[in-house]
Amino acid sequence: MDPYIAPGSTPRQSATSGLKDCFIGTTPLQKRLESVRKQVSVLPTPPRRKIPQCSQLQEDVDPQKVAFLLHKQWTLYSLTPLYKFSYTNLKEYSRLLSAFIAAEKQKGLAVEVGEDFNIKVIFSTLVGIKGTQRDPEAFLVQILSKSQLPSQNREGKVLWTGWFCSVCGDSLLETVSEDFTCLPLFLANGTESNTAIIRTWFQKTFDCYFSPLAINAFNLSWMAAMWTACKMDRYMATTEFFWSVPCSPQSLDISYAIHPEDAKALWDSVHKTPGEVIQEEVDLFMDCLYSHFHRHFKIHLSATRLVRVSTSVASAHTDGKIKILCHKYLIGVLAYLTELAIFQIE
Amino acid sequence: MSPQKRVKNSQAQKRTSQGRDTFQTSLSAWKVKEKPSDSNIWKQNNPVEAHEHVDDEAEDILQIAVGYFEKGPIKTSRSKDKILEKHLKTVENVAWKNGLAPEAIDILLNVALSGKFGTAVNTRILKCMIPTTLVSEESVVKAISWLCVGKCSGNTKVLFYRWLVAMFDFIDQKEQINLLYGFFFASLQDDALCPYVCHLLYLLTKKDNVKPFRVRKLLDLQAKMGMQPHLQALLSLYKFFAPTLISVSLPIRKKIYFKNSKDLWDSAVLAVRLRNHGPFSEPLKLTLSPADLHPLKRKWNSHSVIPRLNSGNYAKGQGKKEMSLSDHLSCNRSLPLEQLQSFPLLLKNIHCLELPSQMGSVLNNSLLLHYINCVRDESLLLRLYHWLSQILQEECIWYKVNDYEHGKEFTNFLDTVIRAECFLQEGFYSCEAFLYKSIPLWDGLCCRSQFLQLVSWIPFSSFSEVKPLLFDHLAQLFFTSTIYFKCSVLQSLKELLQNWLLWLSMDVHMKPTMSSPLETTLGESMNSVSALIHYVGWLSTTAMRLENNSTFLLHFILDFFEKVCDIYINHDLPLVVLLPPGIFYSSLLSLDTSIVNQLCYIMYRYHKNLIAAKKNELVQKARSEFSFSSKTCQQFNHYLTTMVGCLWTSKPFEKGIYIDPKILEKTGVVQFKNSLNIVHHPSLLSYAASFLLQCPEA
Repeated sequence: MDPYIAPGSTPRQSATSGLKDCFIGTTPLQKRLESVRKQVSVLPTPPRRKIPQCSQLQEDVDPQKVAFLLHKQWTLYSLTPLYKFSYTNLKEYSRLLSAFIAAEKQKGLAVEVGEDFNIKVIFSTLVGIKGTQRDPEAFLVQILSKSQLPSQNREGKVLWTGWFCSVCGDSLLETVSEDFTCLPLFLANGTESNTAIIRTWFQKTFDCYFSPLAINAFNLSWMAAMWTACKMDRYMATTEFFWSVPCSPQSLDISYAIHPEDAKALWDSVHKTPGEVIQEEVDLFMDCLYSHFHRHFKIHLSATRLVRVSTSVASAHTDGKIKILCHKYLIGVLAYLTELAIFQIE
Repeated sequence: MSPQKRVKNSQAQKRTSQGRDTFQTSLSAWKVKEKPSDSNIWKQNNPVEAHEHVDDEAEDILQIAVGYFEKGPIKTSRSKDKILEKHLKTVENVAWKNGLAPEAIDILLNVALSGKFGTAVNTRILKCMIPTTLVSEESVVKAISWLCVGKCSGNTKVLFYRWLVAMFDFIDQKEQINLLYGFFFASLQDDALCPYVCHLLYLLTKKDNVKPFRVRKLLDLQAKMGMQPHLQALLSLYKFFAPTLISVSLPIRKKIYFKNSKDLWDSAVLAVRLRNHGPFSEPLKLTLSPADLHPLKRKWNSHSVIPRLNSGNYAKGQGKKEMSLSDHLSCNRSLPLEQLQSFPLLLKNIHCLELPSQMGSVLNNSLLLHYINCVRDESLLLRLYHWLSQILQEECIWYKVNDYEHGKEFTNFLDTVIRAECFLQEGFYSCEAFLYKSIPLWDGLCCRSQFLQLVSWIPFSSFSEVKPLLFDHLAQLFFTSTIYFKCSVLQSLKELLQNWLLWLSMDVHMKPTMSSPLETTLGESMNSVSALIHYVGWLSTTAMRLENNSTFLLHFILDFFEKVCDIYINHDLPLVVLLPPGIFYSSLLSLDTSIVNQLCYIMYRYHKNLIAAKKNELVQKARSEFSFSSKTCQQFNHYLTTMVGCLWTSKPFEKGIYIDPKILEKTGVVQFKNSLNIVHHPSLLSYAASFLLQCPEA
């Protein structure tokens, strides 16, 4: 199947190679030039993205694991490349990380690595969560509580889950050496204190850096358009938008729900280029929604702030929270998020 | 024991006989005694020569006293206490005044720990075991052997350990003591000794000493005794050496891990240090420095902006099966960063340095910045790049959202980064990228000085490429801001030019060894520099119009061109760019003396540079591709003629720039021809006036 290709990747890549011919050598410089170009390309946004295609998941994906990733609310982070991370050491990392967590939880008390704690950390790979062959394998980290009763042999409750992935993150790969593993997107579900501990450990161990990944209104409308454009056999949720009006003492939230088929019909009416979404279409799509709303309520939504979009494919909040609902488009959604994460770390 | 005793007796006799001898220097006294002795107790002689003669007598008395203690208490003597007291006083006095020689310490340690005298005496002896300069390792080992015999009380043992910790730095060697590691470790069992033994082990532990069974033992102790600071300290040291065995996270708040082990000898230790090294800076504090540098208040991620230094054996140590040979070598012999304290140490270990686990921590460590400067490791720079870019971005966003306090923190962080850049004499690419992102949003106010400094450290690159990203935005701010902002921008652009020139002139001369990051020819580089100069010329000309030819501004502009006019000679780069006419004429007609003066100087330097360039061009045709356009020379001559016409020959605006005399007449100045020459120039008017005022006839 066709992989989901990052925006404007074709023109940009050609530019890369052109520049590379002139400036062969040090990677940091390439990196710098990359960011320079990024800046330039910000001004005339030419985005053109493919509509996510169905069943992009590769055959070897464990359906159970995918199910595990769906229907959960994930907090998004961008992550700089991991230094000297090795997939062969996952067991060792489990041991070290669980000792680290135990030590963090009881500050000042030393713990032995490999000792039996009441928590357990599991690292496991998520085979097949990738956009291209070059994408490194995604992996999952889980913190489980061990059941206190020895008679209960079952695995304990999942306290915290986080996963690292890169879908179509090629543009980042080009700028680092092989000491690094590029998994620019990190998704976490669980208490923030646990997330903080895990962030600290990864940052200390692999010299990487996590930053919360917020999604601005511009990107939210892109998501709205792309996800509405997805073909669905059966709609599971209504298409819903949230706008926030900043006013005191309490901000005013406006929710705008549409029947998904109506939304799709609206999209089809503004959509022209087959298989692709372009900026004008996104603008037009949103403008139609705005004018419809204005006709009924005399409120200019364009003057407010879009904070949440939810569709049958996924729902996203401006705070950087996402919930993926449809397994068919998992890869497509992740590809866009990876793109945003890469943009943030460059 | 007995043979030794015999030796000692003979020594004692000798000593008493010597005591009666007349003037003997202490040096020879120790030496004489060496001869009959077959042990090497008196081997080392290191008296303080300056005091030699003065302390002669005291030395003798000391020897008698030491001899007395060595013999042990005289059983039946009535005056026993008196004599004991007298000798004890002697030893104490000498010890606190000048310290004791290694030999004396050797003997007295033996005495104190063998339990010949009572505990009170032992305590007093131990308390005054202050070395003149050094303590020999052998004496310490011997003393430790007494601990096994069980002849000394618990208190004496405690005191001995405290002494050992206090004097640790003065023990000449530590290999043998380290061999006794297991013995010390076993002493941890003793609750009273535990804190002091921990401290000793903390000083003594090497990587090889860290063993799984010891880790387990320590953890058992911890389970028994709870969270004890001394155990924490030792455990975290273990963790440092063997991160795969143990994990501990220290409480955020700074703690003292070892209390008063040393306080008994504080002044004495200082005195010894002074004797050994002369005035000495405060010795390193034994704290485990979590957040030593930062007042830690960030909760969200419990780490301060710049990570603390921690060597990176974490990631390396694991997965032992596939560790490569080089990893092995680097693991075993590498120098932990925590021990890297001086530049010589860095030089000695530069091939086997353990790099920090978080590269960002180098910003606070000048030694490691040296290292970064000479090791061009790509991944090292990339790690720094990624980290710095993210931090800059994140902190800056915070700054906009959050309070004043945070702004200060960000400013401090930027200052640290700039300090590192100045230290390296090189800009970071992350900072450049950061500027590209933030300059369009910058209000020109917050962190102004930091931002402008960052601008001046932009690494050399093609000007045309950087211009739309940075300099166009900067120009907008420049034109719409106050004169002070304009001046600071010009100042930082001057520094930028200087940095580029330095970098280029280095690069030109090092071409064979160091490949230029931008694979450009010299000609292209020169084009870039000249574009920068033209850009500044354009800024200046417009700014002069906006600010009504402000003299203040003109100073900064001329400062810039003072750099420009000397490029050819100072930096050996084939470039001469003249200052724009708007600046030239404003300066020539300025009412300020210093401006006219500076302009004359600049013209003079231009002249020198052009002459040098011409000469060179004649000599070596090879560089002809950079031949200066005759236009530059023409323009210069044009300027010069105008200048001479005005200042010197009183024929203004006839040659060079031409202005119709009729127009000049219209100005209403009677003698317009003279009024700009050096005698009548308005800028020099104040001098003329003050001259007249000072003239007595006036």
